[in-house]
Amino acid sequence: MVEVEKVPKPLPACATPVAEGMKIFTQSKIATGAQKAVMEFLLINHPLDCPICDQGGECELQDLALGYGRDISRFAEKKRVVPDKYIGPLIATDMTRCIHCTRCIRMLREVAGKMELGATGRGEHMEIGTYIGKSLESELSGNVIDVCPVGALTSRPFRFKARAWELQQHATVAPHDSIGSNLFVHTRRGQVMRVVPRENEEINEVWLSDRDRFSYEGLYAADRITAPMVKIDGAWQTTDWESALQATVDGLNQVLRVDGAEQVGVLVSPAATLEEMSLLQALARGIGVHNIDHRLRQADFADQETAPLCPTLGQPLVELEQVDAALVIGSNLRKEQPIAGHRLRKAALNGARVMCVNPVDYEIQFPLHAKAIVPPSGLATELAGIAACFPDAGSQGAAAVRQLIAGASPNATQRAMAAALKSAGHATLLLGSVASSHPQFSLLKALAGVIAKHSGATLGLLPDASNSTGAWLAGVLPHRGPNGAASGTTGLHAQAMLDNPRKAYVLFNVEPAQDCYAAATAAAAIDAADFVVSISPYASDAIRAAANVLLPIGPFTETSGTFVNAEGRWQSFNGVASPAGNSRPGWKVLRVLGNHFELDGFMQESSEEIRDALRSQVGTVVLDNTQADGAVSGAMSAAGAGLERIGEVAMYATDAVVRRAAALQKTPDAAFAGLVRIHPAQAEKTGVRDGYTVTVRQGDASVVMDVSLDERVAEGCAWIQSGTPAAAQLGAAFGPVTLERV
Amino acid sequence: MNAQPRKSDLLTSATRARIDAWLAKYPPEQKKSAVLSALQAAQEQNGGWVTRELMDAVAEYLEMPPVLVYEVCTFYSMIELEPVGRNMVAICTNISCMLCGAETIVEHVEKKLGITLGGTTPDGRITLKLEEECLAACAGGPMMTVNGHYHEQLTPEKVDAILDGLE
Repeated sequence: MVEVEKVPKPLPACATPVAEGMKIFTQSKIATGAQKAVMEFLLINHPLDCPICDQGGECELQDLALGYGRDISRFAEKKRVVPDKYIGPLIATDMTRCIHCTRCIRMLREVAGKMELGATGRGEHMEIGTYIGKSLESELSGNVIDVCPVGALTSRPFRFKARAWELQQHATVAPHDSIGSNLFVHTRRGQVMRVVPRENEEINEVWLSDRDRFSYEGLYAADRITAPMVKIDGAWQTTDWESALQATVDGLNQVLRVDGAEQVGVLVSPAATLEEMSLLQALARGIGVHNIDHRLRQADFADQETAPLCPTLGQPLVELEQVDAALVIGSNLRKEQPIAGHRLRKAALNGARVMCVNPVDYEIQFPLHAKAIVPPSGLATELAGIAACFPDAGSQGAAAVRQLIAGASPNATQRAMAAALKSAGHATLLLGSVASSHPQFSLLKALAGVIAKHSGATLGLLPDASNSTGAWLAGVLPHRGPNGAASGTTGLHAQAMLDNPRKAYVLFNVEPAQDCYAAATAAAAIDAADFVVSISPYASDAIRAAANVLLPIGPFTETSGTFVNAEGRWQSFNGVASPAGNSRPGWKVLRVLGNHFELDGFMQESSEEIRDALRSQVGTVVLDNTQADGAVSGAMSAAGAGLERIGEVAMYATDAVVRRAAALQKTPDAAFAGLVRIHPAQAEKTGVRDGYTVTVRQGDASVVMDVSLDERVAEGCAWIQSGTPAAAQLGAAFGPVTLERV
Repeated sequence: MNAQPRKSDLLTSATRARIDAWLAKYPPEQKKSAVLSALQAAQEQNGGWVTRELMDAVAEYLEMPPVLVYEVCTFYSMIELEPVGRNMVAICTNISCMLCGAETIVEHVEKKLGITLGGTTPDGRITLKLEEECLAACAGGPMMTVNGHYHEQLTPEKVDAILDGLE
C-alpha cells in the first residue's frame, strides 16, 4: 500500500498504473499505517505455527509480517480453523494457513488451463479446495506449491523432511523430457531433498512439470546399487571397481573373440549425458562394435540414412507460443512435453489455430481448430489427405509417399487443416512420441515434410528424452559417428539387436522391458544373452536375473554432464549430490573402461573436456528437419480380427528415475496408465464392458488388465501405454492385440 | 453406437427448456452467465435442493468447470445443498424487518413448528431458511417469503393462517 498525492486513500502499489507526474510515498504515515492494517487483517485468521510449518523460512507472509507488521498482536479472539483437504499425492494441505489470495486457483485456471481448485463458501466460511475431494490432475499442478505465499499448499513428498535454511541450492537441468527445464536441486548433507524450478524465460519460464519436480524421489529407490557387483556361479557378489571392470572386459572380450563384434549389442538410454554417450560410442567402435543405438522406443528406422544431423524442434521453444497455426501429429503433448504443451496453449489463447491428428483425442486445455482421431494404421492416410490439398504435393518424394498422396481424396477436415496451415503467417507441424514410435515413423515424417514444404510451416520433432538430440550428435547410432560422420560399417539398430538376439549386451541405464519398443522381445533377448553388463544406478530384479556385471553409476544429480534439448541447446550441469556409496559418474566409469580395453582417447580429466571436444566438432546445431527423399516404411495393415494397440510411453514411466518416484506413481495419471482403454462402441463389438478384467494377448505375450471405456480412443484400437509394469509383459507398442474376458 | 450416458442427462426436458430460455439472453460464448438461473431450475426439478450430480450436470450443460458451479452453489444462500421440506419459508431478519418485530415472528414460528431456523419439520412440510437477508420489501416489514411469494406486514395471526394453509 502506498500513498499517492491528491488521492484521498492509500492505493495498492501492485495494482495501480503509474501516471505522468504521480507523486508516490511509500514510507509516509498513511502508507505505513495502511501496510500495518493490511498485515493485521491478514494475520487475524492465520495460525502462529511457523515453527512447525514447512514454509517457515521461505514464507512470503512471514517476510511481510517481519517487514510491515506490528510487533504485538491485538487479536484476542478465536481464530478460524479450516479442515485440510486431500488434493492428491503430490501436494499437502494445511488450509487453516490459507490467506485466500487465490493464486493457486488462478495458476491452475490461467496457466495449467483447467480450473481444478475453487473458493467455495462465502465470507468467513470461504475455503479453497476441489469441494469434492479429488486429486489434482494437471501435469503442472506442483506449481501451486511455489505460488502459494504461505504454508497452505506444500510439497507432500518433501513434508517435514528438512528446513529451508538447512538446504543448499544447486542449479541443474531436468532429465525427463526434451525441453530441459532448468532446476534448482536442494540438498542437505549431499542428499537431494527436493527440486524447484529455476527461472529461464526461454525454456520453462518459472514453471516446472510435476514429473521434473517430483521425480527426485526415485533417486534413492530401494533397488539403487551402491557398489559394483559381479555374478559368480549364479550368485551376486559385491566387489571393487577394479575387479568389476576387469570382469566386464573379460566377459566382452570372450564374446568378441569367440562370436565376433557383431554379436555385441550396446543399448543406451536417451537420457544419458552427452559425455557418457560420447565415450560409450567411442568405446564400442574402439572394440569394433557397431551395434549401438539410443532409439529404444523406435520401430521404424527406414529413413535413418537420409536423416538430418539430429532431430529437433525445428525452432526455438519460445516460437511455439508465437505460431498462428500448429498441427500436432501423433503426440499426447501435455503429458509428453508439458512445457511445450503450455507454450502451445499460450499461442492458442492468442488465437492460433491448433489442430491434431492422433489415435486418441488426448485431453488438451484449449479449443482445437480441427482434429482427426484415427487408428494408428490410418495416420499416414490422414496426413496424405492433408498433403493432397496442396497442388503439386504428390509430384516429388519417395514412391510410397507420392502414391499415398495421389490416392487421397481430402475430406472437409483435411481441407480445413491444410487451409489453416497455408493461410497462417507462422505455422508449425509437431511430431511427438506416438509418431516416433509408430511403425511408419519414416512415412509420417515424409508426409509431414510434404505438408510443411507446401504450406510453409516449420517441421518440428519432439524427441522423447532429455538427450535424444544429443545422442545423434554424439553418434550413439549404428550408422553414424559423432557429428553425423559416416561410421564405415552400419551396425544393427535397437530393434534389430533385440529381434535377432545377440550373445552379449551392454545396457547403459536401460531396463529393456520398460524402455524398449517391444518389451517382451527385448526382455527375452537380454535374458538369453551369454554376457550382459548393466551400467546403471539401479538394478531391478529383471536386470539382476539377466546381467553378469553391475556397474553402479550416478543419476543426473551425481554426475556432471550435458543435455542437448529439442531446440539444440547445450545445457551443462554439475554433480549436485554426493555419490551413493561406491557409485561413480558414468563418464568416469567409461573412461576407465576404455583404458582397460587399452584404447586411445580415454585420458580426459573432466567431463568438460569430453564435451568441448564434441562441441568443437559440431558447432552450432542447425534447427532444420528437412530431409532428403529416401526410403520410407511400407504399408501398415489394420489389426484384422484384433485391435490396434496404441502404446506410447506413459507419462510417469519414461525412464528409470521416474518409474521409481513413489508419489508420482500414486497420481491419477499413473493409475490411468495401468488400464486398457477402448471406445464404448468398440467395447460392444469386442464384447467387453467397463471394469471387465481381460487377458491382453499380443503374439506369445499376454497380461491381465482391467478395461476402462473411453470415448477419446479411436475405434478399432486398444490404448495400452508402454513402460508400465503390465505393459512390460506385452509386445510391440504399436501392434495387434486381442482382448478376452477372464 | 450407443452414446455414453452424459452427466447432463440428469436435467429434465422442462429444466433444459428453462435453461435454454436463459441462454438465449446471453452471447453464445457466455453460457456461464446463466448458471444461477440454471441452478434454480435444477433445484426445482429436484424438490428444492441440488445434488452433487445435478451441479455436475449444470456444469456440463453450460460447459463450465464443475468447481466453478460448486463455488456459485456454496456462495448463494438460495441454492440448497441439503434436502429441504416441501415448502421453503424465509423470514427476513435484516435491519428494517428486525426493527418492525421480525424477531417476534421468528420466535412465534419456531415455537409453532417446533424447529429452529435452518431446520425442517419432521413431516417434511416446511423448512425455515437460516439467516434470510434483506429481500427489498422494507416498507412492508416484517416480511417473509413462502416458496418465493412475498408476504408483508406480518403478525403472528397472519403467519399462522399462511403456514396452516401449506400442504
